[in-house]
Amino acid sequence: MTTVKATDDRPTPQPRTRSRGQVPPLPQLGAYLLIGLGAVLTVAPFYFMFVFATHTRTDIFQLPPPTWFGGNLGENYTHLMERMPFWRNLWNSLYLAVLTTAATLFFCTLAGYAFAMYTFKGREVLFGLVLATLLIPSTLNIVPFALIMQALGWIDQPRALWVPGMASAFGIFLMRQYIGSSIPRELVEAARIDGATEFGIFRRIIVPLTGPAMATLGLVTFVQSWNSFLGPLIIFRSGETYTAPLALRTLQSVANTDWGALMCGVALTVVPLLILFALASRQLIEGLTAGATKG
Amino acid sequence: MLARSTSARRGGWSGFQRRYAPYIFISPFFILFLVFGLFPILFNAYLSFQQWQPGTGLGAMKFVGLRNYTDNLTDPTFWQSLKNTAVLAVLSGLPQHLIAIPVAFAVAGVLRRMQHLVTAVYFLPYITSIVAISVIFFTLFSWQYGVINAALSALHHLPLIGGLFPADRINWLGEKAYVQPAIALVVIWRYTGWNMLLYLSGLQAIPKELYEAAAVDGATGWQSFRFITLPLLRPIMFVAVTLSLIGGLQLFEEPFILTNGTGGAGQAGLTTIMYMYRTYTSYSDAGVAAAMSWLLFVVIGALTLLNNRLFGRSGLAGRD
Repeated sequence: MTTVKATDDRPTPQPRTRSRGQVPPLPQLGAYLLIGLGAVLTVAPFYFMFVFATHTRTDIFQLPPPTWFGGNLGENYTHLMERMPFWRNLWNSLYLAVLTTAATLFFCTLAGYAFAMYTFKGREVLFGLVLATLLIPSTLNIVPFALIMQALGWIDQPRALWVPGMASAFGIFLMRQYIGSSIPRELVEAARIDGATEFGIFRRIIVPLTGPAMATLGLVTFVQSWNSFLGPLIIFRSGETYTAPLALRTLQSVANTDWGALMCGVALTVVPLLILFALASRQLIEGLTAGATKG
Repeated sequence: MLARSTSARRGGWSGFQRRYAPYIFISPFFILFLVFGLFPILFNAYLSFQQWQPGTGLGAMKFVGLRNYTDNLTDPTFWQSLKNTAVLAVLSGLPQHLIAIPVAFAVAGVLRRMQHLVTAVYFLPYITSIVAISVIFFTLFSWQYGVINAALSALHHLPLIGGLFPADRINWLGEKAYVQPAIALVVIWRYTGWNMLLYLSGLQAIPKELYEAAAVDGATGWQSFRFITLPLLRPIMFVAVTLSLIGGLQLFEEPFILTNGTGGAGQAGLTTIMYMYRTYTSYSDAGVAAAMSWLLFVVIGALTLLNNRLFGRSGLAGRD
């Protein structure tokens, strides 16, 4: 089929320039349908989240369910604020995510710089160890993690979550790859001859030149921290210290859940990420898939 | 020798900091790993041989040998949780790939300028918190008034294909037979886009010349898919399947929230991690919970190895 098409098109060179535009019309239609159906199914739950956030509980649970926006958003919001210190919970989420991200960026860039730019004894073995820690299934450590934090007196303290996570193996891997491939060693050498200290080189040369990789790692870390549930579930024990996802969870377990208010809260935690994603989807996607495709 | 003389020339602070800087720069990772990574693992191993209620203080620990392990292995709920975990891993894992591969193929085949927008849309669930997703789906799954049942019943009334869809409303989260499919559906929804992206990047790494050469040789579309795309996609398929497998066996958040922490009707949604969490928090039996995590670790390790054997390097025809 393709060969016939190719001979037909010979006189006009245009179709040849579209490298893979040779998909025949029927499969092409099928492909568009498949992509479209998948996209609709992906977006639908988000749509219903926003729709439900504007309806009362009784409106949500009726037949047929509402498919368009209602007028109850303000009341849902008021109910949400009565049920829990929601802005406080959002602030806790933000505080945790920002601290985690800042600490991760600093320590991962520093370690990535060391692995990429220095030759030192044991470098390969140590880097292998860093990567090997990625294979440990972390959820299996729930019990000792909780006990250690209890012993340290870090229950209900955000540091119980950001301190252990601040030098992630994935981050070190990402920064090493980027620094090794994008910063010439001569630059570091030149600075050294000019009398810069090793940390000075890091601060004045490496950091300013790793912007894109830092943006990627920062976004990934922020998103993961913002969305995390199991860690906060173990550490935070009171409504005042809850992060937003935890607080919303407790609202769900109350009998007679106010679904309109809950959806309003859910939407308020999802919207910041949607905005972030709209602004930087390319970098986020690259960062999140980097571990799997380059590893 | 030459290197040695350079560093010897720079004595004092400058030589010292030059030589030890890399070790200092990488030390935070190793210190944190020792304290919050390795130590918990060892402590967990120690704990798995002790009888201990965390509330009673460290002195109350009592060595009980292998009893925590035998307790777990003779506990029917543990076996049920393991079975639930395995069923959920397959039920939620397999469809992700069966959907993601054709979609990735379609996106790579027909989309040009729209490609980034479409992949971004498919990626949305992956960056959304599981709590938010589970809460949304909890309402969508509602028995009498849920959107999913409403949609299914609408589809049932369509001509021709209507018979494919159930006539009665499904009690998704209330009936034992449907709890696992409901949880699996949420997991599939969340991770298919992520897998699609992995496959898409794999597809785009295949040199176009191969397809052109095959077309010159008269290969059909199916033949080039079967003999070029699939074999070259295999390494990325292996990575994607391994990630789903390891993730699926550690499933916690989706079933925890969808079943409100209870495990759902007939405990069908109780995964091993959930049961471990319950053993620790509700029964405060740290030793049994620790032993359980080691048993699950063995299962994950064994299945990962098996997956390596079946699907990894050995299965590849030729090099990459």
